[in-house]
Amino acid sequence: MTATDATTTTGAAAGPLVRVRGLRKAYGAHVVLNGIDFDVQPSQVVVVIGPSGSGKSTFLRCCNGLEQPQGGRIDICGRTLVDEGRVLPERELNALREEVGMVFQSFNLFPHLSVMDNVTLGPRKLHGVPRARAEAEARALLDKVGLGHKAEAMPASLSGGQKQRVAIARALAMKPRVMLFDEPTSALDPELVGEVLQVMKLLAREGMTMIVVTHEMDFAREVGDVVVVMDGGGIIEAGPPATIFTRPTQERTRSFLQAVLTRA
Amino acid sequence: MELDFSPVWAGIPQLLQGALVTVEITAAALLLGCVLGLLVGIGRLNPKNRIVYGLCTADVAVIRGTPLLVQLFILFFGLPQFGILLPAFVCGVLGLGIYSGAYVSEIVRGAIQSIDRGQMEAARSIGMSSGMAMRTVILPQAVVRMIPPLGNEFIALIKNSALVSLLTIHDVMHEGQKIISVSYRSLEVYLAIAVVYFVLTGLTTLALRRIELRLRAGGMVQ
Repeated sequence: MTATDATTTTGAAAGPLVRVRGLRKAYGAHVVLNGIDFDVQPSQVVVVIGPSGSGKSTFLRCCNGLEQPQGGRIDICGRTLVDEGRVLPERELNALREEVGMVFQSFNLFPHLSVMDNVTLGPRKLHGVPRARAEAEARALLDKVGLGHKAEAMPASLSGGQKQRVAIARALAMKPRVMLFDEPTSALDPELVGEVLQVMKLLAREGMTMIVVTHEMDFAREVGDVVVVMDGGGIIEAGPPATIFTRPTQERTRSFLQAVLTRA
Repeated sequence: MELDFSPVWAGIPQLLQGALVTVEITAAALLLGCVLGLLVGIGRLNPKNRIVYGLCTADVAVIRGTPLLVQLFILFFGLPQFGILLPAFVCGVLGLGIYSGAYVSEIVRGAIQSIDRGQMEAARSIGMSSGMAMRTVILPQAVVRMIPPLGNEFIALIKNSALVSLLTIHDVMHEGQKIISVSYRSLEVYLAIAVVYFVLTGLTTLALRRIELRLRAGGMVQ
């Protein structure tokens, strides 16, 4: 079973927003992605799970051109990002990235800018939005992630959970059509994980198309439309969370889930 | 043997005139050095761009690997053989600026590379070009980290500027030597010259310290 089979059943009429075929990437002799096929329909939440080193993050980073695959093809937001090693020209790649938001494990807020400026930098510099309007929109986004009162704060004064919520607001400010989350809660203290997942659930409810790499199995179960299990650079199994978590067909899925669900 | 500072007191206007030339030539060279250093430092960030990287690396290797005095003499005494006759002041600024630029470029490169890679990725992920990301995200953070080593470099530049007295430039060193040539009071005049350089480097240190504190207070540092 491949991710394509799993997702076409839940597919919307418009066709997939992200379409990945035969994605291959290697660092020298070390193969990281070994032929990935994958579709994401509009408003779908796809959760990618799997052991570390399975290629989850690399796969996600290929989807906005931060990593370049050697083989295969990615179509995303109506553009062919990469086709057999040929990447979009720089200018189009930048335009595409405006439509593909990314949230990093380590937040990567701009430490020299206030929370407000972190959120407004992209719209002002790239969309030419006047400062007043950019700040009004940013305030609405900060309210949405529960940080309206922190607009003037510097990132260094925020907790990890607050930083990650600002990072989400910063990505949303570009009005993306797809959001990529690369282990957004892995760097957080346990008590701060919930506030970030809460924001992500809100986005999912609003119909945001999302690809989420995470170790949060409860989130996968509750919010995911499709759960994709990766191991050894490939997708070993994909399907609705109910199926993956209760009746996985692959032995490797079973042993991975057993390992993560029985920890502690 | 006793010290006689009267030639120094009498020569104060002359020394101050020379100090002004030292400040002018150092400031001009500093500006040139920073511009060159920024360009060369950025040029050395990406080895995949082989021509730019190669040129910048060669520049740093040659300029750092040969004496400043030799470089100054090549500009002033060597180039005229090809009919290139630059005024002494221009030779001094060029020589000092190019020399300083090589060192500044390493400071720039080091500071930029010390900024977490995630900063560039985050900037690119919202759609910025690498140039815009460099200007708005990386450099503002890197500049703060450049200030302490740049302070060292500026001080070295002020002191190295004494060499331009050998290009007939009337800097404080040159003016002092003129006073010695008529008074024969070497120790007293050289001590006075040392004081002038010490004051100049001290003021530079204080100014940079203030700038750094202001940037830190502005939240520019993690």
